[in-house]
Amino acid sequence: MQTIGQQLINGLSLGSIYALLALGYTMVYGIIKLINFAHGDIYMLGAFWGYYVINVLHFSFIAAMLSAMLFCALVGVIIEYCAYRPLRHSPRITALITAIGVSFLLENGMSYLFTANTRSFPQVIKTVTYHLGSLQISNVQLLILGTACGLMLLLELIIKKTTMGKAMRAVAVDPTAAQLVGINLNHTISFTFALGSAMAGAAGVLIGLYYNSIDPLMGMTPGIKAFVAAVIGGIGSVPGASLGGFIIGILETAVQAIGLSAYKDAVVYLVLIVILLVMPAGIFGKNVKEKV
Amino acid sequence: MSSPLLTATQLVKNFGGLNAISNVSVHFDQNELIGLIGPNGAGKTTLFNLLTGVTPVSAGTISLYTDHGVKTVNGQTPAQVAQAGVSRTFQNIRLFKELTVLDNVRIAMTNHYHEGFISSLLRTPKFYRTETAMTVAAEKLIAIFDLSAVADQPAKNLPYGVQRRLEIVRALATKPKLLFLDEPAAGMNPEETADLTRLIRQIQQDFHITVVLIEHDMSLVMTVVERLYVLEHGALLAEGTPREIQQNPAVIKAYLGGDA
Amino acid sequence: MRTRLKANLVWAGLMIFGFILIDGLEFAGIINTFIENMLVTIGINVILAIGLNLIIGFSGQFSLGHAGFMAIGAYATGIITPTITTIGGFYLSMFIGVIIAIIAALIVGIPTLRLRGDYLAIATMGAAEIIRLLINNLKITNGAAGIFNIPALASWATVYVIMCITTIMTVNFIHSRSGRAIMAIREDEIAAEAMGLNTTRWKLAAFVFGAATAAVGGSLHAAYIQTIAPSDFNIMASIAILIIVVLGGVGSITGTFVAAIVLGALDTILQNFGTLRMIIYSLALILIMIFKPAGLLGTWELSFKRFNRQEVADHE
Ligand SMILES: Nc1ncnc2c1ncn2[C@@H]1O[C@H](COP(=O)(O)OP(=O)(O)OP(=O)(O)O)[C@@H](O)[C@H]1O
Ligand SMILES: [Mg+2]
Repeated sequence: MQTIGQQLINGLSLGSIYALLALGYTMVYGIIKLINFAHGDIYMLGAFWGYYVINVLHFSFIAAMLSAMLFCALVGVIIEYCAYRPLRHSPRITALITAIGVSFLLENGMSYLFTANTRSFPQVIKTVTYHLGSLQISNVQLLILGTACGLMLLLELIIKKTTMGKAMRAVAVDPTAAQLVGINLNHTISFTFALGSAMAGAAGVLIGLYYNSIDPLMGMTPGIKAFVAAVIGGIGSVPGASLGGFIIGILETAVQAIGLSAYKDAVVYLVLIVILLVMPAGIFGKNVKEKV
Repeated sequence: MSSPLLTATQLVKNFGGLNAISNVSVHFDQNELIGLIGPNGAGKTTLFNLLTGVTPVSAGTISLYTDHGVKTVNGQTPAQVAQAGVSRTFQNIRLFKELTVLDNVRIAMTNHYHEGFISSLLRTPKFYRTETAMTVAAEKLIAIFDLSAVADQPAKNLPYGVQRRLEIVRALATKPKLLFLDEPAAGMNPEETADLTRLIRQIQQDFHITVVLIEHDMSLVMTVVERLYVLEHGALLAEGTPREIQQNPAVIKAYLGGDA
Repeated sequence: MRTRLKANLVWAGLMIFGFILIDGLEFAGIINTFIENMLVTIGINVILAIGLNLIIGFSGQFSLGHAGFMAIGAYATGIITPTITTIGGFYLSMFIGVIIAIIAALIVGIPTLRLRGDYLAIATMGAAEIIRLLINNLKITNGAAGIFNIPALASWATVYVIMCITTIMTVNFIHSRSGRAIMAIREDEIAAEAMGLNTTRWKLAAFVFGAATAAVGGSLHAAYIQTIAPSDFNIMASIAILIIVVLGGVGSITGTFVAAIVLGALDTILQNFGTLRMIIYSLALILIMIFKPAGLLGTWELSFKRFNRQEVADHE
């Protein structure tokens, strides 16, 4: 029982990182139907930003995370403007390949500029482990969970309450109609990229703190996992992305805990396939049937 | 009384809370030309979708009288229904847009010309024989509908009216016994409509098939069909010869009256 | 009849000419091992990408799991040929690889092919990763370390001939009843079904055929490179094949050839740029996509005849 509780804590911490990342995938997909392959690399940029501002400029953790969010938001907007906007009316597969190109560019650009070496993330917050009965939880885990949940709530509020959020939802449903009622498509899409990338930036700093190591290719695998999380939750759905992230985080830790760590990714993909077969549009996704 | 081809009893279709079709029973006999009319949203297209397996029925049975006896077709896939001899056109044209007119027609013949997978990969004489026979048959059908000149054009390049005609050719290419035409004359001018109607009548007789026709142009339907069904709000309002329908008080009130 | 024969002769002539050209240049010493390596890589990439183009471009099913089937072919050869070190053993291993890939494609395809668009892509990607992770953890495949010293049973000539055969087969597939059926499903699945096409069956046919060609490519890769590891067949490997397809033009076999050659040449030229190589490559990719969104050739095909119409004219 005690290990189950412990794994749940670990799984939730990891899952909240996936959830933060999945939000970016799901929002961008919801609005322009693009699998933004470079999203995982934005998270890597966030981690590197955190690394430098803490090491060189001696930022506090909070300042590092907020500035990373800002920086990543900016990068996200620039990427959309330069690489995806020209392709808005092209076949979707073209935009996907471009996103893959951007991902390669970020990974290799960072490797070129800062070498491909792994480096250890500065531990701005001294890890303290609390004991709750037989369970252990560290302050970093609490911080990750708390920050992630806070950000997700904030995002939900932005989407539900602000004008920009409403515009986002309108564009996701019907871009043409949204434009007809006076919504600026370009601004809305830029805003979506900014929001999603900011979440990724925060996730990057948090993961640096949690795993204590970063490298230019660190975004690849979590990026794909987070996308899988978004699909499981029902791509386009914000609560779905959070749920999907937690499901994958918990699943991974659970499989590891029962000694099958070699098959941890295989289990994630198997669950993905099974969920899609039962719910072809994910847990919260709407399966739209074509009207004949 | 000729022999039956398809009978549907007590069909029901609900979309969520909406009762699109309620307790509709129809029967189509061999070599008949039947009209299906009703105001917008009456459920005509939905009835076609049920009868062709595109939409599953909520309740009711559909029986098809084939050479191999009576077959219950509800619950079967659209492909199975089509293979049993039921074909159709779509109200909102659904051609294979990027493919040529010839290919559109040949695709509909897929199940009648078995060239063999391996022999098509290896290009055996059998492949060429089958392919040629199929193409010749397709060309013939295309010629009947005056489409030979555009046989090599992608379907998307054709004018609207021609696309509708191509949909009929494609449906005929599956060698149906029963053909459903969903507003084949929509968007055509009166002259084109009259031509098309004559053509439909002619193919119905030449190919010895049963044709069920949804059409809004009443004058047209009345002159060409032998029998009519009138749908309103998903229920059957009347059935009979054009003359009977024209004199049916309920129809006049609900439909013709509304128009006049 | 005559046009068909003529066109086929032109194609056959072209293939033989290509063979003699490479052979001559090889003999004259102009093609060194470095360039031969590039040519073989291009050939194998053509085989892999043509199969994927059949699935994506012609049947309209977005598969992201091609490397999984490639891995099956590669490991069949990697496991069997060290024991049976003959040419016969190589072809046997390729055959077995193809059979296993077909079975795997059926297992993956039957349930997943009813998914649409990106959902299918992500499901096939997951399936390919599962295949790779199994290989990564099995004893017979030597786990993550992979297999070394695989007998060199495939020369450039083997790759060339098999590339030609695969291309012919794929083109024959496309220009047949099956090809038209899968394109109809791509254009409008509902209409295709209403015309009596069993859509699942046809989609599966294209998917399985593509998987089989991927296994052939994998088998050649193992026998030529002589070293394989599970990481050679990860998601990035599937994406590399996808890039060839999209760059050349989704739905153009000629485009697949052009893209495989362009990328192969680019890769060879960029070898001299060291670490800048991947940066230039990714920039090139982004720019080509922005300026040529339909790929280098769109859906254009090189053709020496107008088969179908002529055929009928000849017949009448
Ligand atoms: N797939 C569906 N989901 C929900 N409602 C549907 C669906 N298909 C049809 N309906 C509803 O069923 C009713 C009947 O529609 P249908 O298209 O059959 O009418 P119709 O008689 O063909 O009309 P029209 O003359 O305009 O073509 C309409 O209210 C329509 O909105
Ligand atoms: Mg209708």
